[in-house]
Amino acid sequence: MSARRTLLTARRILQQLRHDPRTIALLLLVPTALVGLLAWTLAHKPGTFGSIGPKLLGVFPLVVMFLVTSIITLRERSVGTLERLFTMPLTKADFVAGYAIAFGAIAVIQSFLVSTLSYTWYGLAHQGVPWRTSAVALCAGLLGTAFGLALSAVAHSEFQAVQFMPAFILPQLLLCGLVIPVSQLPAVLRVVAEVLPMTAAVHAIAPLQSNWYYVGQFCVMLAYILFALVIGASTLRRTTK
Amino acid sequence: MGDSSLSTFEVADLRVVRGDNEILQSISFRVAAGELIGLLGPSGSGKTTLMRSLLGVQTITGGSARILNFDVGSPSLRGRIGYMAQSPAVYLDLSVEENVRYFAGVLRQSASEIARVIDVVALAPFADRLVSSLSGGEQTRVSLGVALLGSPPALILDEPTVGLDPILRRDLWRTFENLAKTGTTVIVSSHVMDEAARCARLLLLRDGMLLFDGTPASLLAHSGAASYDEAFERLIEGAR
Repeated sequence: MSARRTLLTARRILQQLRHDPRTIALLLLVPTALVGLLAWTLAHKPGTFGSIGPKLLGVFPLVVMFLVTSIITLRERSVGTLERLFTMPLTKADFVAGYAIAFGAIAVIQSFLVSTLSYTWYGLAHQGVPWRTSAVALCAGLLGTAFGLALSAVAHSEFQAVQFMPAFILPQLLLCGLVIPVSQLPAVLRVVAEVLPMTAAVHAIAPLQSNWYYVGQFCVMLAYILFALVIGASTLRRTTK
Repeated sequence: MGDSSLSTFEVADLRVVRGDNEILQSISFRVAAGELIGLLGPSGSGKTTLMRSLLGVQTITGGSARILNFDVGSPSLRGRIGYMAQSPAVYLDLSVEENVRYFAGVLRQSASEIARVIDVVALAPFADRLVSSLSGGEQTRVSLGVALLGSPPALILDEPTVGLDPILRRDLWRTFENLAKTGTTVIVSSHVMDEAARCARLLLLRDGMLLFDGTPASLLAHSGAASYDEAFERLIEGAR
């Protein structure tokens, strides 16, 4: 693995996005606007936005980055650029880490925008530490990117990749504690919920927990990121049938 | 520049099987440094599979293929074989220059090399244009430019002149001939016979078998045909 080739790859991915202002706008503005819309719908229910809003900061980066990464890497396979890179001295780790860095950077900017507006304009009370919110958003973005990379090996077309999103994301959305607190789920579902990556992101953003609790949630997220990156890298094949 | 007595490519009994299909059946040939080889055959004959095998991105079932004394797929060969696939295999949402710069970075090439290859494929006026806004022929040239980065000792070009106008075709063939003269081994696949006749040596594939290996003149003599197109048809159909 080479830091130079990894950074070149990350820069190239960001350059691709730079030429596509509409995608950048969608990546950055849609989550921000959605949280704003949620705050507005809950305007007459004091306290509700305070409990749901922060959780979304852990959910959005995961969803958005999952979708974007799976499609952009799939394109890289179908257009033939991945095959070309594999005839060159680029390792699978360079490739995967390049994607993680580029989309990790986007996730940080996205979470900065969403949390800044949430704590100011949308009127979210300061419950947590802002740096923890940003760290959760970064991890959630990396989770999405890492799983998106892994998925792009399974999906055979962009069309399939889009179909995978509800299969991968929606169950987690139902179980992560956004709709019903995890503690109130039926016993079996509670066990399932506790081991899902999105639940860890939501837990990590919850206020008023012990430091060890947060450390545990971050460890779960980091373990998942590494796991998915390894899966993503190992499913990349230099030779194909 | 290579020692011309040294084989650049040594393919022996190469076989590729995909499912129940034998895509390549016992292909054997050697290529010396500086040869310009035309790889011919109808579509589905195994040309692309053979080229991908040489590049080390195709899973090989049996036999061996060595390039510059390394087994294909060896990490030592990465970056030493310029490859142009049938699809452009460049980033459509990057400019010409950004594409070349990225691949040049991966190959550790200098800034002057970036300018050189853009010049060789005559894309200097379009350097800042997004590849998606270019015509098919121009996109093909971006891909060729990337393949030429670092002047690799071997070039594998899969139908590089498809969709190009006659002038550009002629210029590209001159480029290939000049590269071969300076010691680069060039394998070009094509299904246009008149064009392929510019190669010093032709390999003709059909149904994964090597039907013919020789000079264009001996192809005419061998088949008793008056034109290259006719010779091609006779060989392909005669083998059925």
